[in-house]
Formats: sequence, structure tokens, C-alpha cells
Amino acid sequence: MYAIIAGAGKVGRNLARELISKEHEVTLIESSRVTYLANEDEFEHNLQYGDATELWVLERAGIQRADLVIAVTGDDEDNILVCQVAKEKYLCDRIIARVNNPRNHDHFKLLGIQPAVSATDLILRLIEHEVPRYGLVHLLALEEERLEIIELEVTPDAPTVGEKVVDIQLPEGSLIISVLRGGAGFVPKADTVIEAGDEVLLVLDPGLEESMTAYFAPNGHAAAF
Amino acid sequence: MFVLIVGAGRLGSSIAKSALASGHQVSVLDLDPLSHERLDAGQSKSWEDSGGQFTVGTALETEALIQAGIERADVFIASTAGDNTNLVIAQIAQKRFNVEKAIVRVMDPARAEWYGQQGLQTICPTKIAIEMFERTLAPAPVEA
Repeated sequence: MYAIIAGAGKVGRNLARELISKEHEVTLIESSRVTYLANEDEFEHNLQYGDATELWVLERAGIQRADLVIAVTGDDEDNILVCQVAKEKYLCDRIIARVNNPRNHDHFKLLGIQPAVSATDLILRLIEHEVPRYGLVHLLALEEERLEIIELEVTPDAPTVGEKVVDIQLPEGSLIISVLRGGAGFVPKADTVIEAGDEVLLVLDPGLEESMTAYFAPNGHAAAF
Repeated sequence: MFVLIVGAGRLGSSIAKSALASGHQVSVLDLDPLSHERLDAGQSKSWEDSGGQFTVGTALETEALIQAGIERADVFIASTAGDNTNLVIAQIAQKRFNVEKAIVRVMDPARAEWYGQQGLQTICPTKIAIEMFERTLAPAPVEA
């Protein structure tokens, strides 16, 4: 695979190292002369000096044959531009953008720059996971595929406690994919009985999260939303 | 018409003043409060006394754009110092706020051309300067 990475800061360099160690072809593009010179020895021909938002710089890096373009500069507008041009002008199939300021996340979405990864959002997710105040944890949203994976802790008063998975009538577009019990996870079978305190992982069509609490955490409902 | 100008540098502030003088409603957004001085320079009255609006904020902040009146803007002009900022905010104006006319200053001719083909109205001062220089250096042969 050939990947172009815009921005040779900490994120860009570590991504490049990882991809190179997995024997992928990588070009890092860095617009700061100082950063470029500081990393030239390590990355040699894998590092190019230039502004990745300039079309000729991308073309020099061979964007026409890139399988993946990753924009991880410290500037959100630059990251949007690099990905937009990669996707729409050079028809690159896969793009990944870094969101520096989480308030800009909507702009990435609006302009079709997906996936857009924000460190702040990731840390917030981790906090949610560690401190499940809301009962329902959003694990993953696959927007392109229109699927979500959520985690719910089963409360003792839930109607599904004591029920076999096969007997639980969940809405169309939802499925229990895993149960975490006593620190271990397993894929449930038809005769698995749901217990209070289980953490269930569900894969859902978007928009179904709210209805899931009624099955697994009825009193968590108010707190969850 | 209601004209919203983001970036009150030499270009933005000049357009703001002439648009106001031609009777348009003009709102200016800039992240530097001192850029207001450019709007007052050479005028007998202050920008606000002449009927202009000025908001401090960055154009990527949705609240700042709303405060500056983007929801009722007929024309959006992106004239900050950054090409990429201009290109992104003009698309936000078009796609999120449905502003009818978005005009973008883009210094880089290549980006100006491509985004021009994508439906943004781009103005490239570099390209204009290049053409002027070329005309000066190599005058077109006189038609027979």
C-alpha cells in the first residue's frame, strides 16, 4: 500500500514509522523547514519538504497512485484541504483527517472529510468507558456503513434479565454481538441467559440506541439522554 | 444586499468600505480587534457611525459567523490571509448557511483554478499580477 502523510509532527512521524515497519510505502510531507531538517536523517527519501496543500507538492509525492492519504498537520483547514483535494481531485479512495479542535468536527463532516479523528474525542470516549455514568457507551460509529456499536450495562430491573438470547425480541436492525461477564467477554449463543450486571455489546442501525435502554437498562434511560 | 466579509486586511477592509459607500449593508469579521482601525482609516466617521458592523472572532467558529450575521448574508467574501481558511469557510457559508454568493480570495493559482471548477467563485490576485507582468514584458504582436 502507498500512503501519503501530510504533517511530520509527532503523530505523522509515528504513523510513518508504523507503516514503514509493516512494509508499506510512505511519503511524509512537512512544510516547516526546521521540522523537515530535524527528521531528514531518519526518514530520508520518505520525507519531502513542502506545503501539502499545494497541488504540485502532492503530485510530486505521487498522489495519483496513493492508496491512502492521511492529513495530520496542526491546522484543521489544511487537513480539510489536503483530504478534499485527495478525494475529489485525485480520486484517492481512502482518506483520514486529524481534527485538532473538536469544535471543527462538524466542518469536516459537512465537507465530507471522513473519517476525521480527534484526540479530544477519543479521550472523552475513554472517560465515558471508564466512568460509565450514562449506562450506555458509544463504542464505534461506522458512518459510511451506517452502523453503530454500543455497550450497555444490564440493570437488575431490565426485562431481559433471565431471558435467553433467542427469546429476546429486539427491534429490526439490532443484534447482540458480545457479552462481558465477570471480566471476560464471549459471543452469546441462542441459549445464553442474560444476567444483571452483564455488559452487552450491540451492533445497531443508526438511531436505535435510545430504544435499547428499555431492554437492558430501563432506569438508565433518563440519565442516558 | 447584506455583505459579510471575513478578514479585514488590505483587501477585505477596502472592499468593506466601498461596499458600504455603495449603500450595501456590510458586516466584517476578523480575529484581530485592531484590524478595526483599517476600517476607520481615511474616513471622516467611524465604521459603526457609518453603519458598518464589526465582529471579533475566527471564521471557523460557527457562533462568530452567526453573530456577524451569516444567516442573512446575500454575499460572503473570504479574504483572510490563509488560502485554505478562505476555501473552507466559503464552503461552510455555501453548504451550511446557503449563502447565495461566496467569493474567495486564493493566492495560489492552482488551488484557485480547481476550486473555481468546483463551484466556488475564486479570485486569484497572483494570477492577475502574473498576467499583467506578462503583458508588460511581451506585448502582443500588432494585428495586421
